[in-house]
Amino acid sequence: MLGYIFLGIAFGLMLQDAGYHFMWAFAISVVVYAGSMQFVMVTLLSGGASLFYTAIMTLFINGRHIFYGFSFIEKYRSMGKVYPYMVFSLTDETYSVLCRTKVPPEMNEKKVMFLISFFNQCYWIAGSVIGGLAGQLITFDSTGIDFSMTALFVAIVVEQWRESKSHIPATAGFLMSLLFLFVFGADRFILPSLLMSVIILIAARKHLDGKEAQMQDASCIRTEE
Amino acid sequence: MDVIHSVAIIAVVSACTILIRAVPFLLFGGNRQVPETIHYLGKFLPEAIMATLVIYCLRNIEIMEGTHGFPELISVALVAILHLWKKNILISVGLGTICYMVLIQMIFT
Repeated sequence: MLGYIFLGIAFGLMLQDAGYHFMWAFAISVVVYAGSMQFVMVTLLSGGASLFYTAIMTLFINGRHIFYGFSFIEKYRSMGKVYPYMVFSLTDETYSVLCRTKVPPEMNEKKVMFLISFFNQCYWIAGSVIGGLAGQLITFDSTGIDFSMTALFVAIVVEQWRESKSHIPATAGFLMSLLFLFVFGADRFILPSLLMSVIILIAARKHLDGKEAQMQDASCIRTEE
Repeated sequence: MDVIHSVAIIAVVSACTILIRAVPFLLFGGNRQVPETIHYLGKFLPEAIMATLVIYCLRNIEIMEGTHGFPELISVALVAILHLWKKNILISVGLGTICYMVLIQMIFT
């Protein structure tokens, strides 16, 4: 996906700006491979953050990935040799692509799923390296390139909003984050707002399950038919 | 730049990320049935999480000071409109980012 190349380039540029050679961008994209977290990581690296703080931030920011896995347990179980890689590579982007992709019956679904995951990471790595190299070769003012992360999430929300029959989950997410951002401030609002979103969704379950019956493919409902 | 500390940070981020992604498979990876509630949350929670992440990205805007969040507001609106119109991530993210960079570098300086 081209969006991944662009974001990778943005990450490579930011890392280069922070004084890290493009090989660092390459290595990070190979072993970490977590879009938004890698942007945050640039600030952790350049600020010399403590390892404890780094761990907390990572668990915080990537915590949402736990919920991606739940949608794919049945599918991934049967993937054989590439099972560990499939688990490792389940990022935001890969999750949303895998959810949206309908593999035609004549194709090998496992192979298609693996290749989607694998190429996604390749795009990401390629983007990071291109960004890092570009930052070394040409100098330009890259202030504001980190907005690509915001833009990505906005585009995903718009897409989900359009496809979903119920806007309760997205609305709950927005309202709870704004509420807790106001109450707890910028550094501590994510966890409480996610917890409240979970509670609201559980409370709205009857309503949403009813909607789901009429829903074509809101997010990941094709997992085990 | 402290190379050893940088490598340590990368290792910690990598380990924590892998751990998070492995949790659902470690908990329910055997033949255990995934509880209904978890399954339900797996379907609907990502929409709430994405909305939360948009706010996370915009969390440091100062409405009362500086640019009052106008560059962000304009660029977010552009991304949303472009995405409704063209439905192409590259166009929405690419043009939205360029718009933001132009705004904060040239117009709202």
